[in-house]
Formats: sequence, C-alpha cells, structure tokens
Amino acid sequence: MHDANASRASKSFTTLTASAVLVNPVGLHARPSVKLTQCAKSFEATIEIALDADGPWTDAKSPVKVMRVKAPQGAMLYFRVTGLDGEAALAAVLALVHDGFGEA
Amino acid sequence: MTEIHLTGRAASPGLAIGPVTVLMGIVESRRVSGDPAQETVALKAAVEGAAADLAKLIKAEQGEAADILEFQVAMLGDDALAEGAFDAIATGIPADQAWRSALNAEIAGYRSAEDEYFRARVADLMDIRDRVLERLNGSENSSAISGGSIVASDEISPSAFLAADWRRGGAIVLAAGSSSSHVAMLARARGTPMVVGVGPLSWDGRPPALALVDGDAGTVIFDPEPETKRQFEQRMKTAHAAHALADADRAKPALTADGRRITVLLNIAAPEELTNLDPAICDGIGLVRTEFLFEASQALPDEETQFAIYRRILDWAQGRPVTIRTLDAGGDKPIAGLTIDGESNPFLGLRGIRLSLLRPEAFRLQLRALARAAVHGPLKVMLPMVTIPSELDRARELLDAEIAALRAKGIACARPLLGIMVEVPAAALRAEDFDAGFYSIGSNDLTQYTMAAARDNGMVADLNDTGNPAVLALITRAVEAGRARGVEVSLCGDAAADIRLTKALLATGLTSLSVSPVAIGRLKATIATVKT
Repeated sequence: MHDANASRASKSFTTLTASAVLVNPVGLHARPSVKLTQCAKSFEATIEIALDADGPWTDAKSPVKVMRVKAPQGAMLYFRVTGLDGEAALAAVLALVHDGFGEA
Repeated sequence: MTEIHLTGRAASPGLAIGPVTVLMGIVESRRVSGDPAQETVALKAAVEGAAADLAKLIKAEQGEAADILEFQVAMLGDDALAEGAFDAIATGIPADQAWRSALNAEIAGYRSAEDEYFRARVADLMDIRDRVLERLNGSENSSAISGGSIVASDEISPSAFLAADWRRGGAIVLAAGSSSSHVAMLARARGTPMVVGVGPLSWDGRPPALALVDGDAGTVIFDPEPETKRQFEQRMKTAHAAHALADADRAKPALTADGRRITVLLNIAAPEELTNLDPAICDGIGLVRTEFLFEASQALPDEETQFAIYRRILDWAQGRPVTIRTLDAGGDKPIAGLTIDGESNPFLGLRGIRLSLLRPEAFRLQLRALARAAVHGPLKVMLPMVTIPSELDRARELLDAEIAALRAKGIACARPLLGIMVEVPAAALRAEDFDAGFYSIGSNDLTQYTMAAARDNGMVADLNDTGNPAVLALITRAVEAGRARGVEVSLCGDAAADIRLTKALLATGLTSLSVSPVAIGRLKATIATVKT
C-alpha cells in the first residue's frame, strides 16, 4: 500500500495545455460553470483554467472560483491539466466548451 | 368550506391568485456566539443545512428555476465560498458576521462585473447568503417564500421580500402595515400586488389553501368558491390584456389628451433593474437611489467600483439624462457605522445631506466617482433632504474641491448638474432661494412632513395623502420657482405612479414625472386621458 502510493507520487505527469473559444451565448456563467466543474471533478487530474496563457490559473473544480473568472462570451479559455487521467480530462472539458455547454 | 372576504387598503396594484404561504413572525433572533471552534461547527452545519434545503427545493422545480437552484447548491458545496468566513471566525469573529462579510465581498465582485449576466447573479448570491444566515439564526422553520405564492403575514421585512422570487406572480397580504412602507414601495416597483391592514389573520390552526388578491380594490378572498375563482380569473385575463396593450405603447412618448408632451422618467433602486429594459420606454432616469451600494458591503464601495456602476447606468440610457441621488441614509434607511443609532425621531434627525455634510468622507468619495462618470453622459446629481440654501452651497464647494483634485491628477472628469430633492416643506416654500440646477420633488417625504403623518404607520395612512391640497400647493410652489429660474422640475415620489393623482399633479404645472419600470405603461396611458 505504502509502496504503491509512493511510486504514484513519485511519478510525475506531463502538464497538458490547450485553449478554446467560449462559443455559448453568455460566456462561462452559472450553468456552464456548474457543468464544467462537475465534469472536472469526475477526473483525478488537476484541471485549471485561465483567460491568459500565462495565468493566473483557477481551479476548474471550484464553481465559486470559476465564476470569479467571469469569462465572457468570445473569450479564449486556456486549460492546464496535470494527472494520471489528464488526457481524457482535457478532451472532456474541451468537448464541453466546443459544444457550447450544450446550450449554443 | 366557505370563502372568506377581507377588506384592507390597496398598497400595490394588480390582481393575483395563488397558494397561500403563512409567514410566522420572523424574529431576527440574535444568536449567542461561542468560541471559534463552536462557531466553525455552527457555520459548517448551517451551510450544509442550507444546501440540503435547496436540494429538496430542486425536486419541485423544473427548467430555469431548477438550473438556478442547482447553481446555488454547487456554490454552497464549494469550500472556496466559505473560506474567508472560516478565516475570520478563527480570528474571533462570530459565525453570522463572518459569513455575511465574506458573502458581501463576493457579491460586490459580481456587482462590479462588466458582463450583465454576471451582475444578474447578485440575487442568487444574496439568496445563498440569507439562507445560511437563517439557518445560523436558528429560524430554519421560516420557510422561504416560494415563487407565485400569496404571502399572508402580520408584517414582512424588506429582506424577506427581496429574497423571494416574484417573477412568477404572487402577492402580499398583511394584517397591519402601511401602503407607504418600504416593502410596499418595493412591491410597487416589482409589480407585486399588495393589500395591507386586512385585520388579524386567525385560521384556528387551519390556514387557507388558496387566495385571490385584488391590489386595486384592497380586497382579499381566501379559499374562494369555484365560481368566485372563475370570475376572478376572467378579470385577470382582461386586466392582463389591458396591461399588455399599455406596455405595447410604452416606448411611445407621453402626450396628454390635448397634445402636451410630458417627460416620463425612470426610478431605480439598483442597477439590476435595468436588465432587459429598453431605454426607449423613458426620457431618462429621474432617480437612481444609491443606498443599494451599501447592501453588498459594510462600507461604501471604492471609487472605481462606483464609477463603473454609474457609467454603466449612463451607457444604458444612451444619451438620455440620468439623475443620481447621493446617499440618502438615515430616517428609515439606517446604515451600520454611518447613521446615528438611537435618535428619538430619525425622520427629523441626521439624514440625507445633513449626514453627508457632517461625515463628508463617504460623500466626497461618491462625488469623485460621479464627476468621473459625468464624462460619459448627461449626469445630474441630486442632494436629498436639503432644507436651507447653505446646505446646497456647502455640497457644491465639496464637489468643486473634488473636481479640482481630479483635474490636478489629470483624471478625466466633468461637472454634473447639481440639484436638490424638494421633500422638506421649508425647501418647497422657498425653492427660489436655492441656486439649484434642477428640482426633484420627493413626494413621499414631502407628504409625511407636510401632513405630520408617518408613512410607515397604517393608523394615520388616511392623512398621508399626496393629493391633499396642502401638499399640492407646495408642489405648485416648487414648480413655479423652477419656471421662474428656468430650471427643470420633476416629481419622483410614489405619487407619480399613482394614476389616481396624475390629473392633479399635471394641474400643478408639472411636466415631468419619474416612476418605476412597471408603472411606465400605465402612467403613459393615463397621461393620454388627461386634459391640461
């Protein structure tokens, strides 16, 4: 048990980044924020968002913090993902944005 | 089961039908606070309890209402929301105070957002805040008012009213109360029918299920017979059709029956009221109350935040004039840390401009933000409770000083037109003595000061009448002073929206009235029937 944890902790994951334009009508507002955080929370990986490629980065699993970003429609949203299921996580959140959070 | 007819006084017009919610006396129980460890546990329990309440509510809702509740649950479930509150508790601050400040700070962030959608979430954050506070204060049984219901109660607090969603109908029936109370003003602004003074509401333990409320006649019918209900629904249909007709015409200019153009302006108490509103329905904004600025934080928001809000209102108006009233604290609008507690008669005490001149820090900050906003549109600044000319002169000196300071720093600013609210009989009688850029008649206070009848006391409601010849004579005085001095006079009190008074008000020579958004269509339709 200890060994397994130790080996997992010592294994470092590549940080993946990507960006997508917010195409849904009103930006990253209440409903999309809830969807994004729900999706993010279903992954182990650390998922962060930002309005600029250099940050500041915000935890995509916190609806309170995501709402504080106040990302408007048409904004470029940057993602930074680190973790075991990082690739799947990034694909999932990007699909959500491309899809306009299902309300485009 | 027989239907119960009650007659009270009309406080806000309109018809409503809906299930009855009986509010038990909401006592703002001052909870005893414990040590930080106990307070932490108390706040955690309150947050979880509020989230559980919401989760239950979601089951009863669909569509947009359910989405909004889901958003609130998600926010409450996020530790980041209470983080600041827990930090404050650790330093010895009681849980309720800590939570309130943390949420108010969050709300301030939303309020200053550029994007209208984010600003509209202010109401949700306030709802979250109050749900947890209710839990903390141990009043978990005071069920929140669900949308569309008829609230029957002895009294209702402004915060309880504001916490409820009135967009899906509903009405208020009070055993006591007054049509001039703060809640009645809010109800009229939102278009929520309200009847006050119907007498003791005793159900012998069996509260009614359904109620019909007639906010025009001031009557209520509990548990109506099917035929009564059918007739009422028919009346509602007709009234809605008439209302829709008036609203369809509300973008047209207001003309009297004999073709005289009347300026119709808008009253707003918070910038959120402009959401989804077409500026074409009005000739400008006649009154922006700025007390809302204090709702979100304990202190007046900083200059930058205020500037952003004022500028947004000017942008909305698209070149139409906007009149912003400086902070009108005191009287029935106490603000912790600013107004004086324990005045024996707060309405005759330190309020409005009196307070601003005595404690000019907050006032000067507001004047700076206003002078900066004035660059972006025709801005007028109105001073409340002015009684003697020297008060206006002193306020102007402060404005001059702030403008000079801004210019010295190279910050863009402009001089807004400075005028006074005429709400003290002394100012109405000698209006010509004031070197004011405009006069705006505050009929609520002018009436209560002239008639010596408090506006929050139902027992003297008959005396609190703006249509009384004495009040109308004072209004006429102010109108004549404005004409003699060549400056605009408008009226921004509740009387402007009371269509029974429209004829009498226009007879004083007034050509400008300012009302809440819901009253615009009704007022313009009434003006069209008046011959001057």
